[in-house]
Formats: sequence, structure tokens, C-alpha cells
Amino acid sequence: MLEKRDVLEQQTSLGQKKLIVSHAPFYHSGRRVTERSYHIMLAALPALLLGLYHYGMPAFGVVCLSISTAIIWELIFNLLTRRTITVGDGNAALLGLVFAMLVPATLPWWAVISGTFITIVIGKHIFGGIGSNAFHPVALAIAMMMVSWGDLFDFDAALLNYDLEFATMYPLAAAKYFGAESVDTFSLTGLLMGKQLGGIGSTFGLGLLIGGIYLMLRAYIRWEISLTFLAGIYLAAFLFNLIDPVRFAPPAFHLLTGYTLIGAFFLATEDSSSPVNFVPMLIYGAAGGIMTVLIRNIGAWVDGVILAILVINLIGPLLDKIRPKALGKVE
Amino acid sequence: MIKKAFLGLSTPQIKYEMLPVHLPETEKVPTPKNITLFHQKNDTDGIPSTLGIGDPVKTGEKLSLYPDQRYYVISPVTGKIASLSPYTGDFGKNYIAITITPDGNEIIDDTFGKQIQSPTLELVSNYLAGAPGNPPLSLLADSNSSIKTIVIRGLDPDPMVATSQYIAQSRLKDLKKGIQILKDVTHVEDIVLISAGESIQGYGHIGARVKSVKAIYPAALPHMVMKDVLGQVVPAGKTSEDLGACFFTAEAVISIGNAFETGQIPTTKTLTLIQKDGTPHIVETPIGTPIGDILEAFGETVNEYDRIVLGGPMTGSTIYALGHPVQPDTDSIIVVDRDKAAYVSDYPCINCGECVRICPAKIQVHMLVRFLEASQYEEAADLYDLYSCIECGLCSYVCVSKIPIFQYIRLAKYELERAKTPEAADA
Repeated sequence: MLEKRDVLEQQTSLGQKKLIVSHAPFYHSGRRVTERSYHIMLAALPALLLGLYHYGMPAFGVVCLSISTAIIWELIFNLLTRRTITVGDGNAALLGLVFAMLVPATLPWWAVISGTFITIVIGKHIFGGIGSNAFHPVALAIAMMMVSWGDLFDFDAALLNYDLEFATMYPLAAAKYFGAESVDTFSLTGLLMGKQLGGIGSTFGLGLLIGGIYLMLRAYIRWEISLTFLAGIYLAAFLFNLIDPVRFAPPAFHLLTGYTLIGAFFLATEDSSSPVNFVPMLIYGAAGGIMTVLIRNIGAWVDGVILAILVINLIGPLLDKIRPKALGKVE
Repeated sequence: MIKKAFLGLSTPQIKYEMLPVHLPETEKVPTPKNITLFHQKNDTDGIPSTLGIGDPVKTGEKLSLYPDQRYYVISPVTGKIASLSPYTGDFGKNYIAITITPDGNEIIDDTFGKQIQSPTLELVSNYLAGAPGNPPLSLLADSNSSIKTIVIRGLDPDPMVATSQYIAQSRLKDLKKGIQILKDVTHVEDIVLISAGESIQGYGHIGARVKSVKAIYPAALPHMVMKDVLGQVVPAGKTSEDLGACFFTAEAVISIGNAFETGQIPTTKTLTLIQKDGTPHIVETPIGTPIGDILEAFGETVNEYDRIVLGGPMTGSTIYALGHPVQPDTDSIIVVDRDKAAYVSDYPCINCGECVRICPAKIQVHMLVRFLEASQYEEAADLYDLYSCIECGLCSYVCVSKIPIFQYIRLAKYELERAKTPEAADA
């Protein structure tokens, strides 16, 4: 250290100040990846807090375990592969948080740890880390767990022991197995205020809407994707409902149940796995919404959001081929 | 400093600096102890023989180290040559740095003054190519020149810089004279003066079509002017000169006008100085003044690891020594504190698409940068429109991963150009 300072002092005394030479531009908008992660987490808080209020300490435990193990998996993988330590960018914490918001409060500890392992290691780092994942890591993890341990995601069974002040019935399962009439027990206001069973942070419609609007206004997520996703769901559900109102639930019900809102604002919009051009974003979102309703209404699964998002993630790069012509492009 | 707005639905806009109606006074920097001029040379040129250390020079004297070439510099002072040394600039360009020590007298060289009665293109390009504003006369002097339009910039291409705007608004008489001379010697009839927003009034019978562009960066960059004002899209990989348009700064035209008005070659450079705290100044100083002397005159202290930017925050370049002189095209000096400067990182692209949405050339920057990072320049040019880039730097400005995208693009173009030269030689 001393030597370096001596050299610097010598140079200074000779009038040779060391200036930094760098390439233009010399200013920056000030937006960073870390800031994005933290703001998305902030936007998730309202929905999460209501979940914690409903499900209490077990939910709190799941959230803490999920976030911390996500960070630890990231750190372990960074160390194993001898790459830069990236836990500081907040992305692992964000993925851990989103994972916890999607699962039931009673998810066993080993399932949480396995889930964050799939999220961080298989969903993100195997593909090459942040920015390289083809699928939303959390959507991939939830899908793999739904296939492997389907019982864990049966919300009716998982939350059986809770005594809540609203109908303890998973709305989408009710709609699927008992027809549209059974959803009359759910008032839209109730659904909006989070009076429904579901993942820890995915039931409070109003909270998710507030978070989503905040993220869209500040351009941390792209409004084109979220809004077309919701529009796609509404339109498809509306058509189904029009054809057979006895079998298929009304569109507003689909908008406020299951993973719809969390999917629209927190899953479909993930940077790496979504397209960036205007028209592709519209198609991507709408396709996700329509796919969701197709799976819900005529598919084998109760909720289609996770699988629909994996499907649109898959077609994302292809959609991004629809791009504007570059300035002065010579064919 | 320019920051992104709190609400981000619309893309961030960087506004051009607009001078007030009552223009500020210029501040003059006294003649320094030493003047350094960069005389361009070819790689193959040896040691110059026409000039030596100790030779006297006069104010306005044309110094030509290699008489068989078109390169020359004009001495802004009277004095003696103190040193001649080689200097390598950006992209490996070679120069001889001529340092002159002024002796306090001022003897005007009148070689040019005697010939001003009959202005010709030859006279102009023989004496005024190094005048303040650096008029691109070699483009016009070329016998196969196809220039049909001369565009005069009354607005600086970079934000924060107000030099051209100041000059175009404050020296109308010289501007008019310069336009007249340009028309006479080049026979180019179509002359367009670019100004911003509402400042279009006041130009009256200037002798040029006055056109205004949006006061938002990068509207004053050549490619954007070509597209928005002249209605011609420059094909990828071509320049505006290929389409017959040539860009002059307002200062270059005024230098020409002033030279024929007074009979002396102007050597005083006007520039915008922006201090660390953001205070702007319009400064007048002889060409060749060391940047350090100018900063000293304004009481600006430069610390270790600060950056000194010449030519604007978006497209300019940094210098590595305070002794670097003001050159004919140095339109601005911006001192950036080390804590405020933008650093780059090696963080990967997260595919957020900010760059794609802000790119004025509609390039798929997020894909382009992946090829550039892997040094796959040919593929970048073939698949993702490398040559459509108009070099505005906005992609780097908004990049959340702070990838030096603009630098990658320039490097790629440079490397492709270098690879092309030996291929052409083999053929």
C-alpha cells in the first residue's frame, strides 16, 4: 500500500495527475439490476403481508426459509463454479420470495429447500445465470414440484386445518369440479380482498394490483405483457362463459383467482424469459392469458398459469423475431 | 447530471441545453505559457525536416511539416518552436505535437490576408482547414466530391454542450459572410442551418434554409438530421457524405466568414466548459491551450481519478493528461468528479429491453451485444444490424447491467474495418 501511495505522490508532485480514461457515455440513467430486484420485492409486500396475516407463523417460516435458502443455493453455486458472487444483486432473494408467495403455508421444509434448489440451480444457473434462463425459474420449479409432489399443491388439503373467516375452499378447484354455480359463494370483493385459499402471497388481488401498477408505472416490468395477459384471460374466459355458463366460470372470477394476478405481474414479466419488442410482448401476454384459461377450463390441471407461462417462455425468443426494421437496413 | 424520471412509462428523454434569450458573456482565458498543436501525419512519414526546434513562428503562420501532403496547422501565437514530438491519438492516429512558446509579441503573418480578394476553394482549404470548428474542407476540395448539401449545425449534437448554439446566435454577421463564401467557392447551392425548437427566429436573410429539430437528444446527430430534416435515410454502413450531405459546425462557417472579413486566420476557439458542480461557461481560448491551464483559470481542482471529457457526455472522449491541448474541434470540456462518473461492469445482459426501446435506429441491441461480447463481429453485422448504429450511446446510458455497449459497437466497427484492409490488399 505504502509503495503505491509513494508512487502516486511522486506523480502528483510532477504535476501528473492520474485521470481515468473511459469510453462514452459518461453519464448513466442510474438504474441498476439490484434496484430492480428490490423494487419488485417491495411491490410484492402488500400481497405477502395479507398472506402472513391469514396463515400466521407457518407462512412466515416458509417465506424466511425460501428466501434464505434461495440466497444460499446461489452462493453455493457461485462458489462451486468459481464465478462472481452474485447474491448481492437481489435476484436470488426475489426468486425465493416469489417462490414462497406461490406455495401453501403448510409446505414442508424439505419441499421448500428442494423448490429453491430447482429455482436457483436448475431454473437459473444451469442455463447460465441471470439473463440466460429460458424459463421463469420459479415457474419451472413450481411446475416440476406439481408434477412430482402434486398433493403438496392441493390447497384444499394443505390448508385443511386453518379456520379462516371465509369459505375454505380453493376457488379454482370448486369451479373445475362443481361447475360455475359453485363459484357464487365467492363474492368478487371478497376475492379482491384476499378472502380465498391459495398460495401465501397470491390471493390478495388488491395488493397484487397495487404492486403491479407500481411496477408498471415505474417501468420495472413491461405493462404490455401484464395487461395483455389479463386481457387474454378475460377474453378467453368470457368466450367460454358465453358458450356454456353452467360449466364455465365468469371471466371476472378467473381474473381474481389462482395465480392469475401474481402470474401477470411477477411471473410473465420476468426479464430474461420474455420478449422485448412491442408486438411480440402483446402476443406473448395474450397467448399466456388464453393458454391459462384453456388449461383451467378444458385441461387436466386446476390452475393453468404456471404451465401457460412456461409455454409462452418457450415461444418468447421466436416471437422476438418480429422486430422493427433497423434504420437504413440494406436487404 | 441527467437521471431517469421517477415514472418510467415513457422512455427517458435527454434534452438539449437551450441558451437564454440574453446570451451569457464569453469568458476569455489568457494566452498560456505553451501552445501545443497536433499536426496529423501518415504512419510512413519519417522525422519532419522543414521545421526545427528554435524556429520562429508568426501568428497565423501555416506550419506544414510534410510539404507534399495536405496536413498543416496554423500557429495561433508568435514565438519559438520549443519541441516536436510524436503523439498517438484515439484509434491509433499519428500526429506530431508541435509545442510553441509565445514570446509576448504579436506579428501577424499576412500570406493569407494578401489573397482574400479572390476566394477560391483551394485558398480556403489551403488555409482554413484547421480553423476553429474544423471545417471538413477536404471533403469538398476532392475533385470527385459529390456534395450537394451543406448542413450547418446551429445546435451541438451532444446534450449539455452549447458551443455551436452560442456561436450561431451571437455571430450572425460572420455566419452570413461564411455562408456566402462557402456558396461562392463550392458552388453548393443548398445550405441548411439546423437550429433547435423555437430558436429558429432571428436568422432572417442568412442565405440558408433554416430548419429546426426537436430539442431532444439525439435529434442533432448527423443520421437523425438526414432522416428528419433532409428526408433521406442513410443506408447502413454508409455516411451522410455518401448521400451528398456534409456537416459543418456553425463555428467552422463563422471562422471562414471571419477570415475573409478580417484577412486573418482565426485561431481563437470557443467552447463550453462545465465544471464539476455543473456550472457552465462559454470560454474563448487560443487553439493549443493546455486543458489544465483553462481549468486553473476557472479555479477548478482536478483530483486523482477524475475524468475530463472532451466533446460531450454521450459521444465524447476522455483525456489522460492535463497537458492535452484544445484542438479546433474541441467543443466542450466537462470535468466529471470520480464519484459521479459512470462506471461500467462485467455483469451479464438481463434482457430487460431498455436499450431496444430507446434505440433511435431500432437495433435489437440485446441480441447484438451478445454477439459483440463474444467477439463475433461478422455475425453481429450480418444478423443484428451493427452498421445501422448511429453511435448515440443511449443504449449504454440506460443499460441496467452497465454493459459498455457503445464501446463494444465502436470496437466491432474498428475491428471489422481493420480486418477488411488486409483482405483488400490481398485481392
